[in-house]
Amino acid sequence: MATQATLPKATAAKFRARARDWPQIRAAYGFISLWIVGFLVFTLGPMIVSLVLSFTDYNSIGTAKNVGFANYRELFQDPKVAHALSNTLVYVIIYVPTAMAVALGLAMVLNRVGRASGFFRTVFYLPVMTPTVAVGALFLLLLNGQQGLLNRTLDLVGINGPNWTTDTHWVKPGLAITMLWGVGGMVVIYLAALRQVPKELYEAVELDGAGSWARFRHVTIPMISGSLFFTMIVQTIAALQMFDQAYTMFFGAQQNSTYSNEAALFYVIYLFQQAFQFLHMGYASALAWLLFLITMVITAVQVRVSRRYVYYEGEKH
Amino acid sequence: MAPAPGTDGGRAGNRTEDAPAGHTGVLGWDLRPATKRGPYLIVLALAAVVFTYPFIWLISASLKPRTEVLDNLLIPRHVQASNFTEVWNYAPMLTWLGNSVTVALAAAVTVTLSSALVAFGFAYFRFPGRNVLFGLVLGTMMLPQAVTLIPVYLVWDHLGLTGTQVPLWAQNIFGSSFYIFLLRQFFLSLPREMFEAARVDGCSFFGLFWRIALPLSRPALAIVFVFEIQASWSDLLRPLVYLQDTSLFTIPRGLKSIIDTFGNGGEQHWEIIATASLIATIPMIIIFAFAQRHIIDGIATQGRKG
Repeated sequence: MATQATLPKATAAKFRARARDWPQIRAAYGFISLWIVGFLVFTLGPMIVSLVLSFTDYNSIGTAKNVGFANYRELFQDPKVAHALSNTLVYVIIYVPTAMAVALGLAMVLNRVGRASGFFRTVFYLPVMTPTVAVGALFLLLLNGQQGLLNRTLDLVGINGPNWTTDTHWVKPGLAITMLWGVGGMVVIYLAALRQVPKELYEAVELDGAGSWARFRHVTIPMISGSLFFTMIVQTIAALQMFDQAYTMFFGAQQNSTYSNEAALFYVIYLFQQAFQFLHMGYASALAWLLFLITMVITAVQVRVSRRYVYYEGEKH
Repeated sequence: MAPAPGTDGGRAGNRTEDAPAGHTGVLGWDLRPATKRGPYLIVLALAAVVFTYPFIWLISASLKPRTEVLDNLLIPRHVQASNFTEVWNYAPMLTWLGNSVTVALAAAVTVTLSSALVAFGFAYFRFPGRNVLFGLVLGTMMLPQAVTLIPVYLVWDHLGLTGTQVPLWAQNIFGSSFYIFLLRQFFLSLPREMFEAARVDGCSFFGLFWRIALPLSRPALAIVFVFEIQASWSDLLRPLVYLQDTSLFTIPRGLKSIIDTFGNGGEQHWEIIATASLIATIPMIIIFAFAQRHIIDGIATQGRKG
């Protein structure tokens, strides 16, 4: 009985509060309305359209013909899909951990030199500003098997470098080297994170007699794990979508090229070809959804595994 | 909450330098500052050479005759500045540079204003649905662009705008999730009392945004602006999808066509490719020279949890 008596009262109070907030709510939605429209027209809508298209045969001009699951069945039989997928995953596995390790190493060294770090930080970041097509063109020359700078340098130390742009086994490592040149963004993020680590923590574990590895393992890594986690997710998603440099270096108008580009057929390149060169928009939409699912699964696994290791300052446990 | 962009940067450098003796550093090694900094500086100097050498190589290659481009000599045997005029004979570089400037400015102006507007909505107001909607903003940050590539193309196709430069920037009118996130973080760091005081004085909600939040956020807006200029200047995929007419090409699309013509399988004029690559890069280097502190502080903020 008592609850029944108070309920209308509470509801009325809530409504009065709502009425008072109404101008605020209206204004708030006014401010974010642009984003809502953009989300509907350029994200949610397209995703639905893409899902619908993935069950059709569509060449962008005529009408879409419903083909049921035919595109998805074809995905699993198309050797090029398997090929592009394995190329992409191999590249992700080579590039992401290497880039994180190199960036962390550079950031830790930078963290030791005080004021000079500003200068070096700038130097490491400069390649990130370079247009990706220019990076591709530049490394096509630097990675050249006979005359390229990298192999000439390796010669100096007695290593006979592989043909990075034509040897199918070395194309993906070569692209990873190309992308490593742009590792400066991660260096900057890690350096900022390292500077947030309280010095007292190091002193405390030092008193416990921890060696340098133990300090790295039990203080540095946990304290910057948030940034490590963030870059891992972002870099993995970006690497799964590798396009610009690989396309610049190995694909283009000259389809009669003298070298093999099979080893550089990444997933998004194949998707692009299917959609915009062969105009198989329905099939390409199915490809897009497969990429979406793969990305989601990989991200979810990373989140799940990392949850145990990531430490956020100020987080309540 | 993460600190606002620009609050860390240089000051943190001093902290490291003034660290007391016995402070632990890389891998926790005990290092007395200044005296033992040498080895680290050597490592960094070597790394800096590795990172800058490709630029130096590119400048050098752009000054070499065709037969010597790949000889890897740092000082060209024969300096040939004519490559720069040659490029103009082979390709409408000036048109492409102009196109890139137009597109980049349109992209950056629209995305900065719209993202700020949306970010202010999320930062200032408490309203039903806020957390769900902001979760969606963060979610779209993680969404691969390739997933929406085809249907977004069909949207522009439907509007009859494929084959024009409009699709390269117009989506920015609706804001971009990463910038909304970045600017919201900044707006949250502004003292709320300031806005309340202005409200009491009869300032409208839009006035709070336009007359208080925006002027106080110039550093953050500059970061968004420069990030977008850089992203737009680098974009290859969308020009490939939307542009057929050579005279509408942006610099990356034009550079790609130069590589197709004069690179592997083409006529092999690598000095033209090197020179064109350098020309495409120089504007970004100039922007970086002016805005590097802002850019680097912005990147540093990106990796912190919001």
